[in-house]
Amino acid sequence: MNILVCMSVVPDTTTKITFKNENQEFNEDGVQFIINPYDELALTRALELTEANGGEVTIIHVGPAKNEPSVRKALAVGAHKAVRIDCEPTDAQEVANHIAEYVKSNSFDAILTGRESIDYNSGQVAGLLGELLSIPSVNVVTSVDVEGDTATFTRDIDGGREVVSCSLPFIASAQKDLVEPRIPNMRGIMAARTKPLEVISPSGEAEYSACSSYELPEPKSSVKLISANEPEELIRILKEEAKIL
Amino acid sequence: MSVLVYIEISNQEIKKASLEAAIYGAKLASQLGVECNGVAVSPQVPDGLVNHGLSKVYHINSSDEFDPALHAAGIAHVANETSASTVIISNTYSGKSIAPRLAVKLNASLCSGVIALPSSLSPFTVKKGVYSGKAFAHVALQKDKRVLALTPNSIDMEEIEGNASIEAVSINAEGMNGYTVKDTQVQSGSIPLTEAELVVSGGRGLKGPENWNLVEELAGTIKAATACSKPVSDMEWRPHSEHVGQTGITIKPNLYIAIGISGAIQHLAGVSSSKVIVVINKDPEAPFFKAADYGIVGDAFEVVPKLTAAAKAML
Repeated sequence: MNILVCMSVVPDTTTKITFKNENQEFNEDGVQFIINPYDELALTRALELTEANGGEVTIIHVGPAKNEPSVRKALAVGAHKAVRIDCEPTDAQEVANHIAEYVKSNSFDAILTGRESIDYNSGQVAGLLGELLSIPSVNVVTSVDVEGDTATFTRDIDGGREVVSCSLPFIASAQKDLVEPRIPNMRGIMAARTKPLEVISPSGEAEYSACSSYELPEPKSSVKLISANEPEELIRILKEEAKIL
Repeated sequence: MSVLVYIEISNQEIKKASLEAAIYGAKLASQLGVECNGVAVSPQVPDGLVNHGLSKVYHINSSDEFDPALHAAGIAHVANETSASTVIISNTYSGKSIAPRLAVKLNASLCSGVIALPSSLSPFTVKKGVYSGKAFAHVALQKDKRVLALTPNSIDMEEIEGNASIEAVSINAEGMNGYTVKDTQVQSGSIPLTEAELVVSGGRGLKGPENWNLVEELAGTIKAATACSKPVSDMEWRPHSEHVGQTGITIKPNLYIAIGISGAIQHLAGVSSSKVIVVINKDPEAPFFKAADYGIVGDAFEVVPKLTAAAKAML
């Protein structure tokens, strides 16, 4: 089976987020960029599925040339080839539209991606692609198994879990617990240098939204310490002053 | 023109997050000078919505199994019939599955993680969480129609007039590109973390899964959901579905009590939108105290049982 993995490139999780240009632009100074952690899970599961069933894993990334080291890293982990759609997307709808155009002329048995990117947190690409391509979209999956023409998933739902199944092709979004992400070894890194990385121009519709400015959360005023011997004082404050309990 | 709100029913009850979406929709409709209606896709009739600002509630009868493609088709049908320019959906796991399919069907701009009413109607600009709770973005939506997925606990509840008369609607459910639900397991009585108003969370300071009764007893006493830090879920002391933080769930409760969690930047990202943060940690230098409203420096094994006893006595 041939699987497409949609991959986003995001600031490392330890990044202290700041903005520049009167809060209109993310400040990239000193920021290290990584493969979106949820997309790493999707990639690893895609590799396992092709190892069991045959076929290839293709990485697709919508983003500028400076993100290519992360795309190469995905190839080093084991993906067979990669496609980069060359643009700076503003939202999930633009990303999904460009990917959908690519998929319409290149068929896949399955598409896997992360549950959400940890920068824009939209979590919408899987559902958008499902509707654009008229295939089932299964969100936040903690297992994906394929047998013949049928896929079975476990997915998180509000307050529980659900087992669902659908026919191929499908798109699913990976949640933590799906797999342990693989890390590239030296052989993979060497092999990745010569694997195909095709760059194509965006062809989907892009005019949906624009970010006008960013804002950081208000800093908290200093903490009020309560003695460890009087925890009932905390309950009293939460009940009478903060009026939460 | 009108505003349409998706009403989610789970365990035979209308979700509180959907009531918040209704209040948001009603307030937006009044800004726009239009009507606000609701739509439910469920086996149960969505009654009990009087005074949530909804003029009408459209009811599409369906089985109890959740299928985002079917729900999106039903909501799109009602949105077209009522000329809705804006559809409000709560950003729960179900809402996140429906919203994108709906946006494509309506050719609408989509924004998820919305936390406030629009700051401007032209261009239509809303505030959403980005960088997993580390920042916010003001996003201008360019299409004439929009789908907004509203973060739970972003809107204060209040009464807004609306008689919410029920109107049954049927749709053709063929060719939906959906999936089949084989089994659903919902922990009865538990509070979904993403929607919880009160959360008690434990970290490595609790030393092992066998000590989680401390967290559970306090949570049970104040009717809170339970959560944990990343190391705790990585070590499989607790299920990953309880992990809050940058690579887990981002939450926005009224109260977040952190027990034995030091407060790494990735963890703070997931909880910093909480209205009140209480930190209990024996290390006075724990970085979490800088992000807390109230703190107790002390041993969790001594402090937490006393706290639970005090809550039992006083609440």
